Amino acid sequence: MTAELGHFAVWMALVLALLQSVLPLIGAWRGNIALMSTARPLAIMQLLLLTIALIALGYAFYFNDFTLAYVANHSNSALPWGYRLSAIWGGHEGSLLLWVWMLAGWGAAVAWLSKSVPATMVARVLAVMGMIGIGFLSFMLFTSNPFDRLLPWFPLDGADLNPLLQDPGLIVHPPMLYMGYVGFSVAFAFAVAGLLAGRLDPVWARWARPWTTIAWAFLTVGIALGSWWAYYELGWGGWWFWDPVENASLMPWLSGTALIHSLAVAEKRNLFRAWTVLLAILTFSLSLLGTFLVRSGILTSVHAFANDPERGTFILIFLALVAGGSLSLFALRAPKLKNNAGFRLLSRESFLLGNNLLLLTATFVVLLGTLFPLIGDALDVRISISAPYFNKFFVPLTLVLMALLSLGMISNWKSHRGDAFRRRVLPLIPASLVGGLLAAWLPGGTPWLGTLGFIMVAWVVLAHLDDMIRKARASRGSFFAGLWRLSNGYKGMVLAHCGLALLVAGIILVTHHEIERDVRMVPGDTVQVGGYDFAFVDVGPRAGPNYDAMRGEFRVTRNGRAVTTMYPEKRTYRVGGQVMTQVALRPGLIHDLYVALGEPLDMPGAWAVRVYFKPGVRWIWAGALLMSLGGVLAVIDKRYRRRPARDTTAQAVAEGSA
Amino acid sequence: MKRPIWALVPLLLLLGLVVMLYNGLGRDTETLPSQLVGQPMPPFQLPSLLGADSELDESLFRGRWMLLNVWATWCPTCYVEHPYFMQLAREGVAIVGLNYKDQDDKARQYLAELGNPYTHVVVDKRGTLAMDLGVYGAPETYLVNPEGKIMLRHAGEVNARVWAQKFAPLWPGREALEQDAGRDAHGGKAP
Repeated sequence: MTAELGHFAVWMALVLALLQSVLPLIGAWRGNIALMSTARPLAIMQLLLLTIALIALGYAFYFNDFTLAYVANHSNSALPWGYRLSAIWGGHEGSLLLWVWMLAGWGAAVAWLSKSVPATMVARVLAVMGMIGIGFLSFMLFTSNPFDRLLPWFPLDGADLNPLLQDPGLIVHPPMLYMGYVGFSVAFAFAVAGLLAGRLDPVWARWARPWTTIAWAFLTVGIALGSWWAYYELGWGGWWFWDPVENASLMPWLSGTALIHSLAVAEKRNLFRAWTVLLAILTFSLSLLGTFLVRSGILTSVHAFANDPERGTFILIFLALVAGGSLSLFALRAPKLKNNAGFRLLSRESFLLGNNLLLLTATFVVLLGTLFPLIGDALDVRISISAPYFNKFFVPLTLVLMALLSLGMISNWKSHRGDAFRRRVLPLIPASLVGGLLAAWLPGGTPWLGTLGFIMVAWVVLAHLDDMIRKARASRGSFFAGLWRLSNGYKGMVLAHCGLALLVAGIILVTHHEIERDVRMVPGDTVQVGGYDFAFVDVGPRAGPNYDAMRGEFRVTRNGRAVTTMYPEKRTYRVGGQVMTQVALRPGLIHDLYVALGEPLDMPGAWAVRVYFKPGVRWIWAGALLMSLGGVLAVIDKRYRRRPARDTTAQAVAEGSA
Repeated sequence: MKRPIWALVPLLLLLGLVVMLYNGLGRDTETLPSQLVGQPMPPFQLPSLLGADSELDESLFRGRWMLLNVWATWCPTCYVEHPYFMQLAREGVAIVGLNYKDQDDKARQYLAELGNPYTHVVVDKRGTLAMDLGVYGAPETYLVNPEGKIMLRHAGEVNARVWAQKFAPLWPGREALEQDAGRDAHGGKAP
């Protein structure tokens, strides 16, 4: 019964989404307050209904209701209950439910928190979000319903969750990623509402900014979690594979990064308006494209969902409607989007524009690389795209981006006097050269490209430190009081930029200084990697809740002193028979030790063992976390919570009929 | 008010993208069509990874059925399919490796430590032969007949299931190998 309740709740949510996408729009168009004010309760009701649906599905998983096809395919009575619950989003249908639930959550949050935004704007934004909701709810109900029953013949036990997904990292990775993807729908809705209203001024940008930034922060964490998961779960020790699905999440991140910076220009200087709107449309469209790529089976990937052209067609039509509709609106309204103010070549605007173009180039590089198998088909050209292709573009793009980043941060809005600018920049150059060369020299030889990278890392960090100290000194009172008084927006920016520097430093370290040894070992053997001795003590069987494993024991010593004991496993899952490598890790601030059991070899007791020494690999994810934390800090900046100018109904009516 | 033409550019780009994606729908991603199926191996002259200073060419593929496996140490899926190739090699399947855009010493270390299933390894550092073959990425595996003609192309991991479905029907003396493929427990879908 609970499943039917959940199913019914989804249908009700679809009906409400239909209402939400029509009534408030008519209200905003006619200036009808009553119709406009339906938007908020409708959005909140949708969240309630979908929460009921989500709980109903969770209930079915918890109590092993294998009459539901989705539960039978993704769970098993022997699965620990934590994984049974996370199996809600372990497959295509359930992850869609999570997706629409989050969409409703963002809608309700907009309804709840946008008290300072005029009613017409809220009505339009929520109407657009209602339309997106219609798309996804009908996609779920018509092509991929998690509440479909397997009656009357249902299995006695389930097929088990994919063992790759039976992992704590995977409990949080998809929700974070979806929060980011779905969150960009708010930015998109604000862009479309702004186009509808013909209002894309600094006030509009201030409303849209915190929503975009917080979605971006979620996406950042989501991608970092995915990379961390791939690192320890797949057993290859890599942290990024340029896999189509990874690329699908990176594209909206890159254009979203461009968007949050271009929104800053739109808010502070009322410039780049057409550009900002296009970026908002692009970012959400790329989120949809990512969904399409993952769920249509159009590209081969390590973690694609089931191949289904019918689902692919649905999302493609939806993508065409969303992007096509908004871009047509954009083409109609473009004449209104002329910039009024200008800016000099030497100004913050120039540098931000430069970095926006770099980020967009990077997005395009990833898009091209990901879709190349399709483009190649269409043009009958044979070129192969692989990791070296992406690296060739991303290394120089990142280096130039970091160079411009500090220059943009130092310079003033509108224009900066050349001599003053030189006085700020010139002392930083020798300082970063020295810092970068020292860093490159300390851990042992780094190739010139890595050295250049370290110099850029120093350049970014030093420029921000210098700027922060200057700002703190310029403020009244003591230095520390001045430091404390800096706005949250500014602190967030410094944190995010330094996070980028940390991430790049980690990538350079792990790329140039990692040691990977794939060795053949029998118990009793010792191998030395990165100054540590790994002694293979023994290997023996061990039974888990739903798998059997061969567990190795490695005693790690350094110069004769015991460091740790590591237990890598090779697991065979009982239900599906899949074989999984469970890596043993000793994480460290400076470097990780990583042991994985490969395959048993010809001789009894002999194993192929992977022993890796990974310096700086944690910095990559720590850097991403700092970036995301910076985003959160920026969102809680005081100016977004400034008391709203009284939003009188008279004003709303005037605007609505305008 | 004059409508600027540039404002239509994003819409046109989107149209192109949607058409392309629509054509791609339902595409079978495992049997990528190759212009080369039924064609002879493209001519090449490339160094050998394991034989010092020797060069290999297309005459390698004469006289017996062979597999050509495109691999690299930077390719995660190659690690996954490697044990299966070891098994095939033990059963007497001749496999030529095409080491694709890789570093020689890393590749040699990979084979030394994980085992070498290949009779020969062709070094294709700049991807020229891979380009002639129309390789999309590593791993890819080709079936070449004794006359040096390409009979089949497979993109992605080779495992017991793929072998049984695609390679075994074309392979001479298939019964022995098929039985074996059925027995293999590592044939589950790779991550």
